[in-house]
Amino acid sequence: MSATATLRGEAQFDVGIEIGGIGVRVRTDDPSFVCLLERRYAGFVGRPERAEVQFDVDLTAPTGIDPEEDVRVERAAGGMWSLERGDFRAEWNPKLGRGTIRQTANPYSIDAVLRIVHSLVLARQGGFLVHAASAVRNGRAFLFSGRSGAGKTTISRLAPPDATLLTDEISYVRKTDRSSATGAHAGYTAYGTPFTGELAKLGENVKAPIAALYLLAQGPENRIDPVSELEASRALLGNILFFAKDPELSDMVFQSACEFVSRIPVSRLTFRPDASVWEMVR
Amino acid sequence: MSAAAAPGKRYVARSKQMAARRLGDEVMIMAGSEATVYTLNDVAAAIWEEADGLTPLDEIVERRICRDFDVAPEAALQDALVLVEELAGHGVMEISDTPIAPRNYPAAPAEEPR
Repeated sequence: MSATATLRGEAQFDVGIEIGGIGVRVRTDDPSFVCLLERRYAGFVGRPERAEVQFDVDLTAPTGIDPEEDVRVERAAGGMWSLERGDFRAEWNPKLGRGTIRQTANPYSIDAVLRIVHSLVLARQGGFLVHAASAVRNGRAFLFSGRSGAGKTTISRLAPPDATLLTDEISYVRKTDRSSATGAHAGYTAYGTPFTGELAKLGENVKAPIAALYLLAQGPENRIDPVSELEASRALLGNILFFAKDPELSDMVFQSACEFVSRIPVSRLTFRPDASVWEMVR
Repeated sequence: MSAAAAPGKRYVARSKQMAARRLGDEVMIMAGSEATVYTLNDVAAAIWEEADGLTPLDEIVERRICRDFDVAPEAALQDALVLVEELAGHGVMEISDTPIAPRNYPAAPAEEPR
């Protein structure tokens, strides 16, 4: 945490939260809220002054808010984004990289804002957030995608000691350009995230090139079956987190999902709930 | 550009704000506003790709469906009408008795090499 004083003499405290290589600086006048965020995002705290995105948080008194209300993400004229749910109201100007959040002092509202903002940033870069557990094994990342109940938490819990868990709930996928330095082909990289599911365990803040995407199903035996490109694309699109009712960005996400499927092997992984499934994931 | 309507003709156009991608023989499309994904089979995909708002449906059917799928024009046109009305019901296509003015239609999808 660092502190600065404004011209009006109010102290400002900030914390940098770096996820997927993208830093977000959060500023507030409440040092206890910064401490709360430092604990919540332990392992993902970075240097605030290096962040590409900055949010000033206006903490309000608790009211009769409804965090279950549907989130609304809309782009206004000038490119300013408006993000709203029962428990927060935020604005973000992507051109300036700055925004504001109005919420109570809780970690859940800002967590939702971070997910939305990352999904918007990634959409323009060919990446996405997707409902999927992910882990690194032998230097390669494997994604396990599926809706609630498909087995993301189960397969995460069964991961062997040599697998590094990136997340049990929301995977962070960035497109990797062809490296002129190494000659490596374009591909995709998975990053660890602090976005947790039932396991309630933060992922490791590491990254690795994605080797495969598995569509999860639970069954009496472990098996891997091929899926068509069409089926893979449909399944992936159904699991990508995207909140904005915005035709331009929706089209980008659609094309990104199709391109991902054309480059990364996708298959259906049916597994029984024991550690033997990991013998098939190497 | 405007085109005169021919009596008894139906015109079809791809709806705006649809993302589309050809995957093999099929086309996957998604409505940007609702993130609903539709899959068009080879026949529907052929009509979708030709639906420029200016070409009458019977010409599309004759040129793409009868030629590629070896079916009689009358039967093919009846089936095509049912299909495009269903697609129009989902907001995927527009149908009109007059040519539909060109707008920013999504380009017909090109197949991506795997």
